[in-house]
Amino acid sequence: MRIELTVNGEHHEADDVWEGESLLYALRERLGLPGSKNACEQGECGSCTVYMDGVPVCSCLVAAGQAQGRDVTTVEGLAGDDGLDPVQQAFVDCGAVQCGFCTPGFLVSTHDLLARNPSPSDPEIREALAGNLCRCTGYEKILDAVRAAASAGAQA
Amino acid sequence: MTSMETRTAGKIGDSPLRPDGTLKVTGEFAYSSDLWHDDMCWGVTLRSPHPHARIRGIDVSAALAVPGVHAVLTHEDVPGLNRVGLEHLDQPALAEDVVRYQGEPVALVAADHPETARRAAKRIVVDYEELPALTDPRRALHDDVPQVQPGGNLVRELKIRRGDPAPTAPVVVALDFEVGMQDQAFLGPESGLAVPDGEGGLDLYVATQWLHVDQQQVCRVLDLPPERARLHLAGVGGAFGGREDLSIHVHACLLAMHTGKPVKMSYARDESFFGHVHRHPAWLRYEFGASQEGELVYAKADILFDGGAYASSTTAVVGNGGTLGLGPYNIPSVTVDARGVYTNNPPCGAMRGFGCVQAAFAHEALMDELADRVGVDRVEIRARNGMREGDLNITGQVIDSAAPVAELIRTVRDLPLPPEAQGERDIRDLPGGAANSTHGEGVVRGIGYAVTYKNVGFSEGFDDYSTARVRLEMTGGEPVATVHTAAAEVGQGLITVEQQICRTELGIERVVVHPKNTMVGSGGSTSASRQTYVTGGAVKAACEAVRASVLARAASALGATGPRLDGDKIVSASGEVLASLADVLGDEAVEETVEWHHRPTFPIDPETGQGIAHVQYAFSAHRAVVDVDVELGLVKVVALDTAQDVGKAINPDAVVGQIQGGSAQGMGLALMEEIVVTDGKVRNPSFTDYLIPTILDMPPMQVKVLEYADPHAPYGVRGVGEPPTISSGPAVAAAIRAATGKALRRVPVRPEHITL
Repeated sequence: MRIELTVNGEHHEADDVWEGESLLYALRERLGLPGSKNACEQGECGSCTVYMDGVPVCSCLVAAGQAQGRDVTTVEGLAGDDGLDPVQQAFVDCGAVQCGFCTPGFLVSTHDLLARNPSPSDPEIREALAGNLCRCTGYEKILDAVRAAASAGAQA
Repeated sequence: MTSMETRTAGKIGDSPLRPDGTLKVTGEFAYSSDLWHDDMCWGVTLRSPHPHARIRGIDVSAALAVPGVHAVLTHEDVPGLNRVGLEHLDQPALAEDVVRYQGEPVALVAADHPETARRAAKRIVVDYEELPALTDPRRALHDDVPQVQPGGNLVRELKIRRGDPAPTAPVVVALDFEVGMQDQAFLGPESGLAVPDGEGGLDLYVATQWLHVDQQQVCRVLDLPPERARLHLAGVGGAFGGREDLSIHVHACLLAMHTGKPVKMSYARDESFFGHVHRHPAWLRYEFGASQEGELVYAKADILFDGGAYASSTTAVVGNGGTLGLGPYNIPSVTVDARGVYTNNPPCGAMRGFGCVQAAFAHEALMDELADRVGVDRVEIRARNGMREGDLNITGQVIDSAAPVAELIRTVRDLPLPPEAQGERDIRDLPGGAANSTHGEGVVRGIGYAVTYKNVGFSEGFDDYSTARVRLEMTGGEPVATVHTAAAEVGQGLITVEQQICRTELGIERVVVHPKNTMVGSGGSTSASRQTYVTGGAVKAACEAVRASVLARAASALGATGPRLDGDKIVSASGEVLASLADVLGDEAVEETVEWHHRPTFPIDPETGQGIAHVQYAFSAHRAVVDVDVELGLVKVVALDTAQDVGKAINPDAVVGQIQGGSAQGMGLALMEEIVVTDGKVRNPSFTDYLIPTILDMPPMQVKVLEYADPHAPYGVRGVGEPPTISSGPAVAAAIRAATGKALRRVPVRPEHITL
């Protein structure tokens, strides 16, 4: 089948998509956007999190065909013309990135959290990011990064 | 992997940002599963469904007939020696007449779409005759059990005998302990891309911990000389020991050579649970004899590791479990018997902490029991028995640098405790969390302590070295160094450390990290907490050679004696500027390659276990505070605080990151992480059923870093990565025991262990 969708503001289409392919597979293997990650492909780890029509989803659990005509934003779409998004910058600055495989998912989830709640408490951060697994950091520096991004947002 | 640099200055002791950070937050960093090539095929693996079976025949015809399939391979298609293995060549790259564990690779398919390849693999007909399986390692050395390997079921037996062979003591405590099978659960799946070069060789881009050992193994199976199988480090999504053994390497190469096409392989999570070795489950029987004051007189330990169907690194795990298995204590008389055995369970090998993790649960539980028996505080009994610099360990080796056991355990004790629970609490802070299973009723707090030590680097006589090539040249009017090693960056931050060392030694700002590959000599394994020490040592030595070469050139050109390099200037012995670095270098580059070896270690005596087995020891301590819902058996870790001696923190922020992450993995083993194997079959190969700590599970951590330089190591560094994974779990288990009064002789602790 053919799918057409908007990703990071650009129109994309792909042909010969097998019906069983996920949005994650289509992004990574057909649209040249491998930033969203394939750690579990069953909706447990959050590393494939993207926005679909403004709502964060596990792109591994969305069939590619379900994304037909939708508006998707991936980690590749977070940075603006003037540089990194404050969430991205905070993850770099706070040492929240080690292997970095979970990072794209954490960035989208954090971006969504701060859009809804610009100054979250620690329990609110933990609850919002409980669907994203990280194996390297023990999460302490991720918490630092989210707090720093919130603080940067408050000053912006 | 692209070459990387940052302009962020940062010498050793600073915490510059990692050079791949921006690529990783923008999604541009190329992990091994992101690779893509024109006209590439996808490879998949067909694996055994049985823990033990004879293969009577394999029919691939139906699979080959599937449109889109380019190759279906079995062991008959292996051109070289069909054997792989880190320490013993005991595992076929593709099964021959017997499969020895559920998940053993049997056949490969390459097709133009991964789903086509998966469906074709299902059409391969393997005629299995199921055989009786050995699944209880405690029976592995009995007479009447299946023989897993032709040479019998024993991989290694290690004995340590020291002091009085028949010791007695006024106080004796003993226990049996059991540790479940833990998974590394790195997030980046096993994956890579093999690209034929059209001249009978290939390039393999893969996520791994040691490119050169992979290259040896690939060449052996493919029957290629090393120059025809070039390995390149693709982006690595975590490792933790699980990438020491081969995964897709040989298989992708076999498919690429047969099809003449680039072949990508990438495991899904369920296959990942079968595609790498795990932490050995262990059964431990310990006895301590002590004085009435709690001073250790003797210790006995019997340790059994289930190695599974193939040896992997079981030999070395037994080495560590045996030589380090009594913890960082002074013990005059010692009897240790440690064994690793073959079974038809999943193969086990390297995971962070490597043999010490299992033992620490036992010796730390027993230390608490001894403390309680003699009426000594649990912290003080560790301080009282703890090693100090100059002491002998149980193999008779002098601990010849800092051994601050007492200071570490007292330091964690003295860190502020979390506030006592009062009044209405946020349910997210309670056991069960948002499941709303308690508002505080039935919740009891406990505090536990543990301390450990771990060897750094490879041991027992292994020639453990690393190679570094450093090039210095002028680029755009500025001096630029390029550092090239094959040492794997797996997320820990080695590339940042390599840059810091170059900046420190050469006094320049711009340092480019060359892509990691086999075009330079071996960097050794990214394991055993060794890379900052060993590859750090190699980079330092290569920089020194570059500096000497530049100064020799300056001395001869300028006729100066004893010139020094000071930033981008050459200065005389008295500090007078003689020339710029640009003048001395001109258009030429100075390049030096150095192979750097750490102090030798030696095999231990086969009968007594005595010897200088290890090059360095690293010490850490943890204090855990838990709240336990004793009615439901649910545990919330409230605080997990730690102190660790790192010798010299080359990058303090990265050191803390290692300690935090390592502590989380240890906590996971204490509370939730176990591959459940019944009758040789894995019951939970998914992140739905194999749980790792989430951000809700991890408590805040206080981390206290001590820096007692090791005079024998470059810059005084001490390995960092593993100790936190060893002492955190036993501290959590101890805290649960303190809260519940239960003995808890098995980890992970399950709710029913608390409630029943």
